Amino acid sequence: MPALSQVFGGPRRSPGMRWSLLAAVLILSVIASSTAASAIHTKQGNGTTPHTDPKTNGTITHTKKAFPVLSVNYDYVRMPFEISLWILLASLMKLGFHLVPRLSGVVPESCLLIVVGLLVGGLIKLMGEHPPVLDSKLFFLCLLPPIILDAGYFLPIRPFTENVGTILMFAVVGTLWNAFFMGLMLYGVCQAEGGQLGEVPLLSCLIFGSIVSAVDPVAVLAVFEEIHINELLHILVFGESLLNDAVTVVLYHLFEEFANEGVVTVADAFLGVICFLVVSLGGILVGAIYGVLGAFTSRFTSHTRVIEPLFVFLYSYMAYLSAEVFHLSGIMALIACGVVMRPYVEANISHKSYTTIKYFLKMWSSVSETLIFIFLGVSTVAGQHVWNWTFIITTIFLCLISRVLGVVGLTSVINRFRIVKLTSKDQFIVAYGGLRGAIAFSLVYLLPEDHFPMKNMFLTAIITVVFFTVFVQGMTIRPLVELLAVKKKKETKHSINEEIHIQFLDHLLTGIEDVCGHYGHHHWKDKLSRFNKAYVKKWLIGGERSMEPQLISFYHKMELKQALMMLESGGPTPNVSMQNIQPRRTVQERLIPRLSRGREEEIRNILRANLQHTRQRLRSYSRHTLFDDPLEEEEEDLSEAQMRKKRVEMHRRMSHYLTVPAKPPTSPPIRRVRFESENQVFGSTPGSTASSRFQVSVVPSIQLTRAPIAHMEQMSQDSVSLVDESSSSQQQDKQQQQQQQGGQQDSETGGVSTSTGSSLGAELSASEREQDHLRLPRCFSDPGPNKIDEEEEEEEGDRFGS
Amino acid sequence: MGASKSVPTREHDFEDLAERTGFSLDQINNLHKRFQWLNNHQETLRREDFEKVSHLSLNPIRSQIIQAFFDRRNFGKGGVGLVDEIGFEEFLTVMSYFKPPNKKLTNEETEANRTQKLRFLFNMHDTDNDGTITLDEYRHLVEKLLSTCETLEEDTAKAIADAAMLEVAKITVVHMEPHEVYEGITFEQFQQILKGIEVERKMNIRFLQMDTTPMRCGK
Repeated sequence: MPALSQVFGGPRRSPGMRWSLLAAVLILSVIASSTAASAIHTKQGNGTTPHTDPKTNGTITHTKKAFPVLSVNYDYVRMPFEISLWILLASLMKLGFHLVPRLSGVVPESCLLIVVGLLVGGLIKLMGEHPPVLDSKLFFLCLLPPIILDAGYFLPIRPFTENVGTILMFAVVGTLWNAFFMGLMLYGVCQAEGGQLGEVPLLSCLIFGSIVSAVDPVAVLAVFEEIHINELLHILVFGESLLNDAVTVVLYHLFEEFANEGVVTVADAFLGVICFLVVSLGGILVGAIYGVLGAFTSRFTSHTRVIEPLFVFLYSYMAYLSAEVFHLSGIMALIACGVVMRPYVEANISHKSYTTIKYFLKMWSSVSETLIFIFLGVSTVAGQHVWNWTFIITTIFLCLISRVLGVVGLTSVINRFRIVKLTSKDQFIVAYGGLRGAIAFSLVYLLPEDHFPMKNMFLTAIITVVFFTVFVQGMTIRPLVELLAVKKKKETKHSINEEIHIQFLDHLLTGIEDVCGHYGHHHWKDKLSRFNKAYVKKWLIGGERSMEPQLISFYHKMELKQALMMLESGGPTPNVSMQNIQPRRTVQERLIPRLSRGREEEIRNILRANLQHTRQRLRSYSRHTLFDDPLEEEEEDLSEAQMRKKRVEMHRRMSHYLTVPAKPPTSPPIRRVRFESENQVFGSTPGSTASSRFQVSVVPSIQLTRAPIAHMEQMSQDSVSLVDESSSSQQQDKQQQQQQQGGQQDSETGGVSTSTGSSLGAELSASEREQDHLRLPRCFSDPGPNKIDEEEEEEEGDRFGS
Repeated sequence: MGASKSVPTREHDFEDLAERTGFSLDQINNLHKRFQWLNNHQETLRREDFEKVSHLSLNPIRSQIIQAFFDRRNFGKGGVGLVDEIGFEEFLTVMSYFKPPNKKLTNEETEANRTQKLRFLFNMHDTDNDGTITLDEYRHLVEKLLSTCETLEEDTAKAIADAAMLEVAKITVVHMEPHEVYEGITFEQFQQILKGIEVERKMNIRFLQMDTTPMRCGK
């Protein structure tokens, strides 16, 4: 449909087109949902027909029938078909929301999704079918883990550990307080009310209280991600929602058992406490074990890069399931697994795998979240509701009250131990951000009907609470955040100065703590990292990658990003460049002839002309022949001419390097950058290849083995000065630099870089440079098959290691 | 500055110090005990005394930390240069840079606090006291930070320091001609680039919970 493609293509679509697209999406989704409904219909319809052989049509009769040209057999694909349809519906909805510009800014996505769920549920009911209720097993085993894994794997460790005391207080003590306060008050209200409510036993109230008091990670994530609140508050609320799972699980099972027993003793209460410790610590232990296993496995995956992400997912999921087997806290296991596994896995896996993991997790968690909210809406329509005004209003009211009281009370205690106190603004956000969600709903749904006759009433109440928190609190939190001028998240990453000083501060504070004789936070952190470096890393990280200090990897990551940005934008000449930084050198070294304007133009033209010549060839991309990263290819036997040419290239590249230093394969985002093999190439002696391969070195140190040091200094200085300029001028400066070198250096660099720089030679090298230059941006972004081919082309001599 | 002071008559002088540095009496008592343990109940503290703190030897910036104690610029009296020995008052003054802020501080007080702490950091870097952190000093700093990594190439530290300086220059200086040389990071620029990390929140030690018992274990 040309119209649609046109719509998809342009960023600026006319409102009319946008609305038509939205309409198309809506129609599609309605069709999808109605098919789902009719699918359910046919499911129920087909349930009565006798089982037939899937491949044949109908029952086998003895009379001759015409050969069926077209037959329908829905049963065969029913299950996957329905699942896919639901997921498709969810995704289409998500798509649709973002097409409506104003809406997504005002209403959080979760609200919209619930509304959609309501609509779909209503639609299905209109068709006379029973809408499916959110199956608890499906929820806990399929929908929840991706979200939690995503959260745990990308959990920001530093703020988490700095605030872990506060988080635990909120999670454990806060949830306990909420549960008991609500349960008891509800019981009181029920008794006071009498009538139907008066039959609700204490334990039921308590269990209801414990279920409804747990802050839900899914809802919190869904809402908080959109408001970009500052890191501290985000981690407080989010951490609390994750860690209170243990409390909820314990309380739930505890009260369930008690409901069965009928009698509660002190010993039982004591056992409950023990149970809590077992559940939480056990969950963490299980997660940690699987995490270590995962990290260890990733050490050996260098030859099977394709399945690396799979290990991460599988080990984490196994951790979750194993914890669930023993009724331990699956969520905590999942978080622990992700946290433990991540630093080692990231050091081991390739850049592509890292990207895969990241995007798969985001995708799954996004789909899960969407599905959960839609199902919540559908289940609302589906369930049998018992509406009891008193109970429900009281529940909502008590939820808010207990949350506020809990937060305020706990903060006053916590603030005595915190250096950075929580202000009342912070407290308000923490209290207001305590959203309930689907976990509570599923837990209520799991209650056995016979022990809890008022289950439907509970269901209704829970749904109302969830709706209230998601709609009212979710929608109003954003304007409130603006109103209260709560600090927002710092969008940009740390600059390198900040990184340096953060590390410096760490060491400084550790040192001062030692001088004081105080075993504080920094002391233990330091000890842990030392232990980590000395023992753990050796085991879990393959090769010599374990040696990379954090600052260097950070630096490289940043430089890569900057270089990428610079290359892709062909940016303007910056105001300050490297040469401004260098301390004054002696006069002799400053005699750098500069190119005249005319010559610059000329060179630029030559280069532009050569730009046309690059060839591109596509190769079919088969997953079995996933290209090995350049690092894994060793360069051997290079002829002298090749070496010379390479050295020339190296000189040129050196100007890249100050912003894009050749990287050691340690940090994932920049790992398989081509430059590494250039290191190898560079070392003209085979002996240096092995060492240079893993060196944390920057170009200036990658020296031509035969070049005198002084030259290198100067060259690096010159090349340094070129770093920040635009691509084309980079080319030109390289040219200039080569010419200088030709003039000043001996024949070592070979014929290509003579100062007479025959234009032919210049053109040749220029074209090579151009091609290489083109490769650069491609290699920074995720390299596709093209990259592979270009290398193949240049092969022979120019295998700059990919 | 006079480093040799007679042992202060406890209560009176401690109160005096408490007022000046903002520590509570408990904290001062604890710190005094620590001070005396470090220097074997002498009157003054010398650099060698810091070797008693065994864990400090693992710290990459050990020498800078120790130096900070003997740097007159940190004593708050406007002196410059280094001394060889310090008394308890100076010890306390240096420690006071790491004091967590009191409950409620106005914006200006927070700012002043931050400036003070940043000044301390700046003094640690600016070893020749010319008012700027030059490239060499910065390189020295980065080298020290990375010195715990064995497989380090010597030029990496240099490159990182170069890049960091470049960043500072970019942020703080609007435009420079190619022939101009950027002298170094001044204190104002230092403040500017570190605005983002909220030093006054991070650079704190919990003196209140300082435990005097480890000191007796001969650590």
